[in-house]
Amino acid sequence: MGTAVSLVGDTVAWLLDGEHWTGTDGVPNRLLEHVQVSASAVGIAALIALPIAFLLGHVRRGGGLVSGLSNASRAVPTFAVLVLLAATPVGFGNRATVVALVLFAVPPLLTNAHVGVRDVDREVLEAARGMGMTGLQVLRRVELPLALPLIAAGVRTAAVQVVATATLAAYVGGGGLGRFIADGFGRADPAMTVAGGVLVAALALVTELSLAGVQRRLGRGRQTVAPEVAP
Amino acid sequence: MAPSQLAQAQSQEAPNPWISVDFVRDNSEAILAALRQHITLTVVSVALGLLLAVPLALLARRYGWLRTPLLGAAGLLYTIPSLALFAVLAPVTGLTATTVVLGLTSYTLLVLVRNVLAGLDGVPADVVEAARGMGMGPGRLLLRVELPLALPAVLAGVRIATVSTVALVTVGVVVSNGGLGQLIFEGFNNNLYRAEIFTATALCVALALVADLLLLGLERLLTPWARR
Repeated sequence: MGTAVSLVGDTVAWLLDGEHWTGTDGVPNRLLEHVQVSASAVGIAALIALPIAFLLGHVRRGGGLVSGLSNASRAVPTFAVLVLLAATPVGFGNRATVVALVLFAVPPLLTNAHVGVRDVDREVLEAARGMGMTGLQVLRRVELPLALPLIAAGVRTAAVQVVATATLAAYVGGGGLGRFIADGFGRADPAMTVAGGVLVAALALVTELSLAGVQRRLGRGRQTVAPEVAP
Repeated sequence: MAPSQLAQAQSQEAPNPWISVDFVRDNSEAILAALRQHITLTVVSVALGLLLAVPLALLARRYGWLRTPLLGAAGLLYTIPSLALFAVLAPVTGLTATTVVLGLTSYTLLVLVRNVLAGLDGVPADVVEAARGMGMGPGRLLLRVELPLALPAVLAGVRIATVSTVALVTVGVVVSNGGLGQLIFEGFNNNLYRAEIFTATALCVALALVADLLLLGLERLLTPWARR
C-alpha cells in the first residue's frame, strides 16, 4: 500500500515537473504529435471510407462485405500491423504510423456510414424521388443528413481506436504520448510509466467524450453499429 | 534505435522472407510456448470476465438504476487504451501475466455485461410467468429458464470478447507477457526478422478465427432450439 501511495505522489511530481513540459521530449510536443498523427489518420481514412460507404449505401449493396471487413479487422492485432509495416518498405516513424492507423480507422467509418445511408426509410426516399430529385440529390439532401448521426458514430469509434493504437507506435520507433510509457518501462521509471498511462488515458477519454457530445447533438441517441474495436 | 535499425535492415543483403519453413521448424518449441501462453491468457481473461459479468448483469437487472452507471463505467474502462492500462497497472502488479489478465478482463466487461443483459431482457414475459406458475422459485427460474434462454446472446458476447482479447494479448508484450506478441516484438528487435513477425501474426489471426468457430459450434450445440 505504501508503494502505491508513493507511486501516486511520484507520478504527480513527474507531471508537475516543468522540465517534462518543454522541448521535443516534453508533454506538449508529444501530445501534439499524438493528435497530429491521429487526426491525419482519421482524415485520410474518412476520405477513403466515406465515399465508398455512401455509394454502397445508396445502391443498398455490399452489406456482407462491409460487415465482414469490420468483423475481420477485430481479429487483427494492431500491434502486429505496426510491426509488419515496419518490416515493409513503409518502414517506421510517424508517417508509417499514419498508414497503419488508417487501416484500423477505415472499418468503423465504413460500417457506420454504410448502414446509416442504407437504412434510410424507403418511404422517405420514394417521397424524395416523387418530388423529382435525382439520385445524387437524394444522396446529398436526404440520405446523408439522415445518416449523419451514424457517420458521426463511426468517426468517434475510429478516433478512439486510432488514439489507442497511436500509443503503440512508440514501440516501433514512433512518437506521441506512448513514448513516455515505452521510455518509462525501458528506464524502469514507474512514475514516468504511470504518468504516460494517465496522459494517454486522458486523451482517449477526452476524445471519446467530446465526440460523443458531437454525436449527441447531431442525432437523437442512435448508437454506433460498428462492433467494439480493440482498445 | 529506429533510424539505425532501418539503415541496417535496408543495407542487409541477406534474404529475409516472410514465410520460412526453417524458421518454424527451428523454433517450434518457442512458437508453441508463445501460443500456449496466448491461449491461457485469453481463456483466463474471458472466463474471469464472464464470472464478473453475470452477477453484475443480475445486479443491474434487480436494481434498475444500476444499469446506466454500470454500462457507463464499463464503457469508459473500454475507452482506455490497453497500453495505458498496462502502464498504470504494471508498477503495482509487476511485469507479470496478472497485469495482462487484469487489463484484458476489464475490457471484456462492456461486451459481456451488455450481452448478458440483452439476453435476459429478451426472455419472454409469458415464459417467465409460466415457469412461476409451475412453482419455480427465483433461483430455479434463473438457472433453468432465464439463463438458458439468454445463452445465445451471452455466447455471442463471449465470441466478440474472445476475438478481441486474442488480438489484445499481443500488447502484453510491454509487460513481457504478450504470448505471440513476444515473438512479433522479438522479430522487430531482431533486425526486422520477417519470418518471425509474420508467423506469429498469422498464428494470432488464425487463433482468433479458430476460437470464433469453436464458440460458434458450442453455441449451436448448447442451443439446439435456436437453430434456424
